[in-house]
Amino acid sequence: MVPRADFRSYYGRPIVKPAPWTHDIAAYLFTGGLAAGSALLAAGGQLTRRPGMRRAGRVTAIGAVAASGYFLVADLGRPERFLNMLRVAKPTSPMSVGTWIFSAFSAAAGAAAIAEAAPLLPPGFVRRVLPPLGAAAGIGAAVVAPALATYTGVLLANTATPSWHAAYPELPFVFAGSALASGAGVGLIADPSPPARRMAVLGAAVELYGAHRIETTKGLLSEPYATGRAGRLLRAGRALTAAGVAGAVLGRGNRVVSALSGLSLLAASAVTRFGIFEGGMASARDPKYTVLPQRERLARRALLDQPDISTGESDGIPTVRNSIDTGE
Amino acid sequence: MGSNSLYGPLDPAPDAGYPDAPPRMGFFTDTSVCIGCKACEVACKEWNAIPEDGFNLLGQSYDNTGGLTANSWRHVAFIEQPGSSAAGSSAAQTAMVASTTQPQTGTAPGIPPAIDALAAAGTAGPQFLGMPQSDLPGRTADAPRTDFRWLMMSNVCKHCTHAGCLDVCPTGALFRSEFGTVVVQEDICNGCGYCIPACPYGVIDRREEDGRAWKCTLCYDRIGDGLTPACAQACPTQSIQYGELDELRTRAAARVESLQAQGESSARLYGHSEDDGVGGDGAFFLLLDEPEVYGLPPDPVVTTKDLPDMWKRAGLAALVMAASVAVSFLGRRP
Repeated sequence: MVPRADFRSYYGRPIVKPAPWTHDIAAYLFTGGLAAGSALLAAGGQLTRRPGMRRAGRVTAIGAVAASGYFLVADLGRPERFLNMLRVAKPTSPMSVGTWIFSAFSAAAGAAAIAEAAPLLPPGFVRRVLPPLGAAAGIGAAVVAPALATYTGVLLANTATPSWHAAYPELPFVFAGSALASGAGVGLIADPSPPARRMAVLGAAVELYGAHRIETTKGLLSEPYATGRAGRLLRAGRALTAAGVAGAVLGRGNRVVSALSGLSLLAASAVTRFGIFEGGMASARDPKYTVLPQRERLARRALLDQPDISTGESDGIPTVRNSIDTGE
Repeated sequence: MGSNSLYGPLDPAPDAGYPDAPPRMGFFTDTSVCIGCKACEVACKEWNAIPEDGFNLLGQSYDNTGGLTANSWRHVAFIEQPGSSAAGSSAAQTAMVASTTQPQTGTAPGIPPAIDALAAAGTAGPQFLGMPQSDLPGRTADAPRTDFRWLMMSNVCKHCTHAGCLDVCPTGALFRSEFGTVVVQEDICNGCGYCIPACPYGVIDRREEDGRAWKCTLCYDRIGDGLTPACAQACPTQSIQYGELDELRTRAAARVESLQAQGESSARLYGHSEDDGVGGDGAFFLLLDEPEVYGLPPDPVVTTKDLPDMWKRAGLAALVMAASVAVSFLGRRP
């Protein structure tokens, strides 16, 4: 049943409240994904003996972790109480789960990054022991990285924000693909080799597929992702991703083209995160995205319960009547 | 965690770990006898020492509060409806025009609502409400009456059986009380703000100057001593009734039946059923029109109902991610 555009509301005021988060959180979605993608790139470089790729990945990962930590704490209403996040471990709270994932990842990524400083140290025990420690930490970070990149999809989806919640099957895929593409972007800038190119293509494919599903299969709730600032951001993200992938594939052997396509992928990842963030916020600010899908759900249920009309009382049948009446 | 811990009928206090929980307490707000005096708003502010939320003129009938916020834990809504048939009335059209005029809106006090008051006023002509009288309405047979009706409703936190805010709180600041209510511990809350988009009713809110989340506590500090919550105590018409939830549900069912029998066919209960999307509300309502007319969601569902599915999807995405990296790095070195 196609919902009517007409609906009733209380002076047009929103029903659900938008998250009180600033763009710090959108920025964190990007830096968290970048940290995860770079840690995976670094681990790949480490295991296939590509020291340049390993170093770039580890350094980017710890930089992105530091930025993430700043964004997360700065967005709290009471930043000085950020440690309260570690009071509990709650599977029903993606933010709590994410806190523990992020803490584990930061420790591993930090140790791996410190190990890169080994060559700068004077010969001795520490210089000898750092590289194997860094190798273990690098693998540890890579094991946690996919969780770090995908929990943020659940973080946004597990809300009453209509367009985020409706997108819950795809959001982790969009964020996973976006994280892969941004990690590949770092690789294309630092050490443009076939693995980075393949990672760019696979990441972009996952991201574009997920975003396409979100923008086309959610009915009315796809609309906030196609219109306004969110729509512009997501279109820009798609164009940048396409350009980045094209550059990565065609610019083989050319450092400048590879680096530019890496930059393009990084920008695409950032812009896409902001677009998803904005789309959800827009859906919370307009009561139509809360009322109409719920009305549709009630009408569907009323149709299913047809034999029980007498006990279905006020919610089902008058719904249909009203959506017709208010249209007159 | 029981089998219905995330969704479905449940007695929340025992599920939260209280072995000998007292009966679940709640509110039944009967909007059919609300007179819009706002004594509940004032009493709530007084007792809970809530800061003022500014002097606002919103252009929404007698409602200058706007909605439930961190600084308004009770909110009296006013809806003006010419004609007894609610649907298709000009008030509905007014609300519709208002809803499409200006997309930007805010929940914080003092931020103008998404309404172009002039455009909205233009859709409905002036309404003559009758001369003020000293007699009760309808007692004098020939006194002029219009079919204009005014809906008033005191909104409040629903203290859901399955509370999204409580589920997503990452610090444990939100907790389930022994009375089955949901309360924020202000000395724990670090203002992460996650509870705010998690609430399907848009109740809980962050106080800007303070940074923490606030909402109705169902006067946790009063009911533990056997007192009635401040709003219910102050309500002069017993529109707000406080008591054991089971008893309130029985009372509400009788009230809606009697209103229907008197010909008020639009009377219906909201949030009373434990089979609804949040497992039933601890604070439920008798309404005289569709929920969205009062700013309530018509079919709220707790977001954590889908959480097990969400974690599965995230796990799948994480596997795809790991596999992509493995595939990228496999193969012969050039």
